[in-house]
Amino acid sequence: MVNAPAQDMENSVTRSGSAAPAAAAAEPGMSQAAVEISHLHKTYGTLTAVDDVSFTVAEGEIFGILGPNGAGKTTTVECAIGLRTPDSGTVRLMGFDPRTQAAEVHEIVGVQLQSGALPDQLKVREILDMYQSFYRQPADVGELADVLGLTDKMGSFYKTLSGGQRQRLSVALALVGNPKVAVLDEMTTGLDPQARRDAWDLIRGMRDRGVTVVLVTHFMEEAERLCDRVALIDAGRVVALDTPARLAARARGSKVVRFVPSDHFDDSLLTGLPEVTNVRHDGQHVEVDGSGDLVNAVILTLAAAGVTAHDVELVASNLEDAFVKLTGRHSDPEGATS
Amino acid sequence: MTALATRGGPGGSSSRGLVSHLRLPSRRWRIAFGKIVHNDVRLAYRRPGALIAGFGIPVLLMVIFGELPAFHEIVAGFGGFDIYDAYVPTLAMFALAMIALLGLPMPLASYRELGVLRRLSTTPVPRSWLLASQGVVQLGVAVVALVILFTVSITAFGTPAPVSIGGMLLSLALCVAGLFPIGLLVAAVAKTANAASIIGRIAFFPMIFFAGLWLPRALMPHWLLDISNFTPLGAADGALQTSMLTGFPATQPLLVMAGYALVFGFLARRFFRWE
Repeated sequence: MVNAPAQDMENSVTRSGSAAPAAAAAEPGMSQAAVEISHLHKTYGTLTAVDDVSFTVAEGEIFGILGPNGAGKTTTVECAIGLRTPDSGTVRLMGFDPRTQAAEVHEIVGVQLQSGALPDQLKVREILDMYQSFYRQPADVGELADVLGLTDKMGSFYKTLSGGQRQRLSVALALVGNPKVAVLDEMTTGLDPQARRDAWDLIRGMRDRGVTVVLVTHFMEEAERLCDRVALIDAGRVVALDTPARLAARARGSKVVRFVPSDHFDDSLLTGLPEVTNVRHDGQHVEVDGSGDLVNAVILTLAAAGVTAHDVELVASNLEDAFVKLTGRHSDPEGATS
Repeated sequence: MTALATRGGPGGSSSRGLVSHLRLPSRRWRIAFGKIVHNDVRLAYRRPGALIAGFGIPVLLMVIFGELPAFHEIVAGFGGFDIYDAYVPTLAMFALAMIALLGLPMPLASYRELGVLRRLSTTPVPRSWLLASQGVVQLGVAVVALVILFTVSITAFGTPAPVSIGGMLLSLALCVAGLFPIGLLVAAVAKTANAASIIGRIAFFPMIFFAGLWLPRALMPHWLLDISNFTPLGAADGALQTSMLTGFPATQPLLVMAGYALVFGFLARRFFRWE
């Protein structure tokens, strides 16, 4: 549970609202799917890594693949981009099959792999120039470096780059081909909080330029803040697929409004409302349990009685709660390991 | 669609689909391969360990040996040539073996260790191009090393010009064809660049022993020479010596080298791991 300020909650409501059309467009049968995965299976010996995974990512969406370590996230993505051959199931990227149309898929999909390094003795510009030459319609290296804040580092050896700079270079290599779909695997793992926030801005910027983003993460806050929709994968299966807000809501049916009243009021004022199920006093704070449009119902009713509610917080369940409820496990709160 | 400016690709902006892809002029791929080679050349001189071993040491040894009067004495059993002349093919073997066993596998193992091979397989460029590029770069190093070795020894230290230039070139080509797959096999079994360097060095010493670095082949007892003749560097040294001193080499050493090329080519192909 997180005490989310009411203002932030409003943001997340707005976001889930805007994501709804994307979710609708992602229904099977629609033509504008960037990624279509159906009935994917992959086993390594006796270990079933991916067990009947299906999902569709709409064009222009930021789609999160979330799950505990070893859930099959990376294997799913590797099958999706043609790095691994699934045992069964089909994958389409912008309509192309990565197994039989690899050349096309590699032109339009930019991939940032987990833990990929580059030779210490090459300079940033030399690396970017080389990877740029691989693509039919590459991005401008100078502009890309600018967007990613690497302009000052163009003449620096890879060896001298910080972790965040290496990560940004890796993202630059995923974008240098001007991809239609960017697949980012644990992109912010190991970054400090500021670099992580920069990376989030970058991902939003990519989406704004029309790139579909598939984001693999086990970092809840990241999925919650960035993703239009999230597939929660556990033990090789998709256990839930929805907007982060709706997944969170599913984890916990009720909401809690917490505030400091300007004056005493009779509890029955609120308990009589259809939205309210319970009223508690916690020192000077009052906590009201309920559902529906709880915040407005409480504030308006109090205002009508001449009482102002100060420091209003909506204590909402979040994706972490959904994660725990659906997988029976806690996520790694730091997002620090992989 | 995007704020990032696109360079007009040779296929045109509207083209999508496999057919237009196949129709692309090969110039684009030549540029891409050239960029890979260019970066491999940069890496070769910025990580000069293998270059020093494969290039610097044999040339330095050649100059030192050339300045030693003892190496210019005519010894019985050398067919009228001095010890120095007998060492020139051995030093050529030294250079080729170091280039093949260190220069070739270390960068490839490093690419795999860093995940560059994996990264490349998500791009339109086949990852096998990194092998091809490294082959081109190391072949270039080998050619330059051999040209310097033979030119300096012939012009500065009185080594006779080769009797059979064709035999010499064929011997050297077969030697490279036999050694490079061994280097690829080193890259195949080594998990890291460090491991490749250790395995390469361990393989180097017995191989160069049979090419006569410590005991010239002319002075080897018969049983040792018989073994040497069936090692890649021993066979190559024999064929090269014959080409330089008497004429076109015998069939056996050439077949031995071709055999190594085939067997290790197969093994390298069989065991090379991309990840």
